[in-house]
Amino acid sequence: MSVGDKYETHSVDVLVVGAGGAGLRAAIEAAKEGVEVGVVCKSLLGKAHTVMAEGGIAAALGNVDPEDNWKEHFRDTMYGGKFLNDWRFALKHAQLAPECVKELQEWGALFDRTPDGRIMQRAFGGHSWRRLVHVGDRTGLEMIRTLQDKLLSFPNVKIFQECTVIHLFKDGNAISGALAYIRETGRFIVFKTKAVLLATGGLGKIYKITSNSWEYTGSGYALAILAGAELKDMEFIQFHPTGMVWPPSVQGVLVTEAVRGEGGRLYNAKGERFMQKYDPVRLELSTRDLVARSIYTEIKEGRGTEHGGVYLDVSHLPAEQVKKKLPGMYKQFLEFAGIDITRQPMEVAPTTHYTMGGVVVDPDTQMSRVPGLFAAGETAVGLHGANRLGGNSLSDLLVFGKLAGKGAAEYASSLTKDLKIDKDELERAIKEALKPFETKDGTSPYEIHEKMKETMQNYVGIFREEKDLQKALSIIEELKNTKVKVNGNIMYNPAWHLALDLKFMLICAEAVIRCALGRKDSIGAHSRLDYPDPPKEKYNHYVWIENGELKMRKEPTPEVPDELKALLNTPPSRKWEERSGS
Amino acid sequence: MGSKNGNRKEVTFVIFRGDKGRGEFKEYRVPYQEGMVVLDAILWIQGNLEGDLAVRWNCKAAKCGSCAAEVNGKPSLMCKTRVDELKEPIKVEPMKAYPHIKDIVADTSWNMRTRRKIITKVGFRPSLKSTFLMKEEDVERGREFRKCIECGLCIDVCHVLREHQLFDKFIGPAYLVFSAYLETHPEDTINRIAWLKEEGGLMYCNITKCCTEVCPEEIHITDNAIIPLKERLADEYFDPIKMLFRKILNK
Ligand code: SF4
Ligand code: SF4
Ligand code: FES
Repeated sequence: MSVGDKYETHSVDVLVVGAGGAGLRAAIEAAKEGVEVGVVCKSLLGKAHTVMAEGGIAAALGNVDPEDNWKEHFRDTMYGGKFLNDWRFALKHAQLAPECVKELQEWGALFDRTPDGRIMQRAFGGHSWRRLVHVGDRTGLEMIRTLQDKLLSFPNVKIFQECTVIHLFKDGNAISGALAYIRETGRFIVFKTKAVLLATGGLGKIYKITSNSWEYTGSGYALAILAGAELKDMEFIQFHPTGMVWPPSVQGVLVTEAVRGEGGRLYNAKGERFMQKYDPVRLELSTRDLVARSIYTEIKEGRGTEHGGVYLDVSHLPAEQVKKKLPGMYKQFLEFAGIDITRQPMEVAPTTHYTMGGVVVDPDTQMSRVPGLFAAGETAVGLHGANRLGGNSLSDLLVFGKLAGKGAAEYASSLTKDLKIDKDELERAIKEALKPFETKDGTSPYEIHEKMKETMQNYVGIFREEKDLQKALSIIEELKNTKVKVNGNIMYNPAWHLALDLKFMLICAEAVIRCALGRKDSIGAHSRLDYPDPPKEKYNHYVWIENGELKMRKEPTPEVPDELKALLNTPPSRKWEERSGS
Repeated sequence: MGSKNGNRKEVTFVIFRGDKGRGEFKEYRVPYQEGMVVLDAILWIQGNLEGDLAVRWNCKAAKCGSCAAEVNGKPSLMCKTRVDELKEPIKVEPMKAYPHIKDIVADTSWNMRTRRKIITKVGFRPSLKSTFLMKEEDVERGREFRKCIECGLCIDVCHVLREHQLFDKFIGPAYLVFSAYLETHPEDTINRIAWLKEEGGLMYCNITKCCTEVCPEEIHITDNAIIPLKERLADEYFDPIKMLFRKILNK
């Protein structure tokens, strides 16, 4: 059988890979420009992990605190990221987030309201004003539904559900196509496209305890780096301070920061409100890196709870308020843990949540150094620096999803020549993808995945050390050389899908470890036990592939121009409380 | 038959294996863990015994609506159905109203087609002059409908779709919920009642309330979404004066 029987071909102008918030927002913008858009989603449309985002969208609308504006938001974001952010992203983000939120409202989103009928905003960690636009604790779902519905209103959009991209093609330097498979049939699809926009989210699944679902295998990072793009800041993995710890079946599932935003308090097993020790000013609403490290330290020093967590308590708040503002959490704990959070404390511990690093792109167009290759949302890098503030991911994907969609559509429209996909390369890519079925003595992909997750969890976690990182690197090397074997056929076969994901996950794991090894200092989400001091000069790590090998270099973080530096003089604090004198 | 309470070491599952409707139930024994849900067991089988066992899931927290299946005959989200509350052997099979793909995965692509049809024909249309000043009490009704996670459980139990397979005539409970959201949005300007009657098949629903019983988001599908839509239909469509107007205006 020739491979020609095994695939179908589709032609589009822009192929959006991923249908979480960033992918949907990008696809809408590209569709508005009138080009033919293809949207590939690994799951069904509307199921992406953005639905789990609970807290809110950070945007300086100033509805609750009129003092808030983009300057304040810019400052908070830069402080949160320890100034390793690329200021150009932070600036754009702070300026454009409010209008992006208003767009969602015009497309039908029903956000919580202020008494006078405007969009309500709540407090969140690291934000100086009450800034997060929300819908109770299911903001992500509201956002996905709104974006999904807007997208479906465009006739020039084709949607490919349960479809996974495994290879990108180039004609010369520029993107010319993508190879994907359909989960249901196992058949391959060849996309002829002028632009590919990666919005595949993060890489949580390389860790054991994570808030991410099976989809978050870092495929966007791997596809990009294999196609010649660069990644940056891969050592910065955000461990969300509060994931569930009990029962084991829900370990790692997110407990939204909105719990703390609404007034939730953290206690250790001795009943001490330990954040008073680590950040007496911002307490529970300190930045995520600091809260996560504090919780971890409490647990490690023996002040943890029975199941290895700390307590997060909202029982001092009126039960009605808890049920109204945190209905999802109320239900989640009642159903999964048998706990009534209006009366009993929750048990929580840090969980792998977000990748600050990602594909290096231009701040205006979101194009990488590969012509025709774009990235947005968690897959791109620039905004968050060494630590992301809660709420800044939903605004990130709106702002930069929109810019990327426009950038990709404009790039595609400007191309005149016909792009080619190399037949031999296509044949080779398909053959490679089917290899796990032909391997005689190989290892189960599940086994390899387990080993990788354990390795990353144990040796590349919140606190890092040279010898651990070296050990992790050698295990990942070994796993890369392990032959994968799967049984069954190509129809809806999760073992095969995992085998294909593994290749990408291992590339990501290596990038994370190499950057972590290279950073001999502690800053933001990266803490080295052997190098506890912050860096003397601010710099970022860039990684790329050369002759099949991962390379890394350091570059100084771009200097903030003088006119913006003035905004960074006062550190963030809970300004609305200071104002009211409480 | 096993007991209904905890303290067990192993749990027996019988799971439908096969594709396109053909296949058989196979038995598996799974080590028990405290707090275990059905999806844990399925993933354990997948990781340890049968790598190619097809299952659809995402959030594992009852928030995405991916993992709907029939557990001991009851349409359920596998990620929130606790094993210690079930009688053994625990039988897991795909939703039966939808076409079958493989093992416990059903073909739910009708959902997106239906949503897209509603959106392109009678989607959200605010007035260009809208200020979007909306009071909390104005949006509260719509909120309930926005909780829908599109799991398809209500569709699976609705006899119009399950028994009579009227998928091309009836948009089903989930999309009546979506329509109710559009209808209650304070800034929406169009009237979709006629469309819901002619194209949406609103008349096929005879208020059996089976959908409401299975909704994991506890949306009062019949009382709050379908019945008010039907009342408006009766009100607008069968009101003799309005009927006369319609005739005169020829719409
Ligand atoms: S109430 Fe209507 S929509 Fe719901 S199950 Fe019965 S017939 Fe179907
Ligand atoms: S209405 Fe309820 S049962 Fe139906 S799809 Fe939505 S969440 Fe599921
Ligand atoms: S996996 Fe998301 S609802 Fe069950």
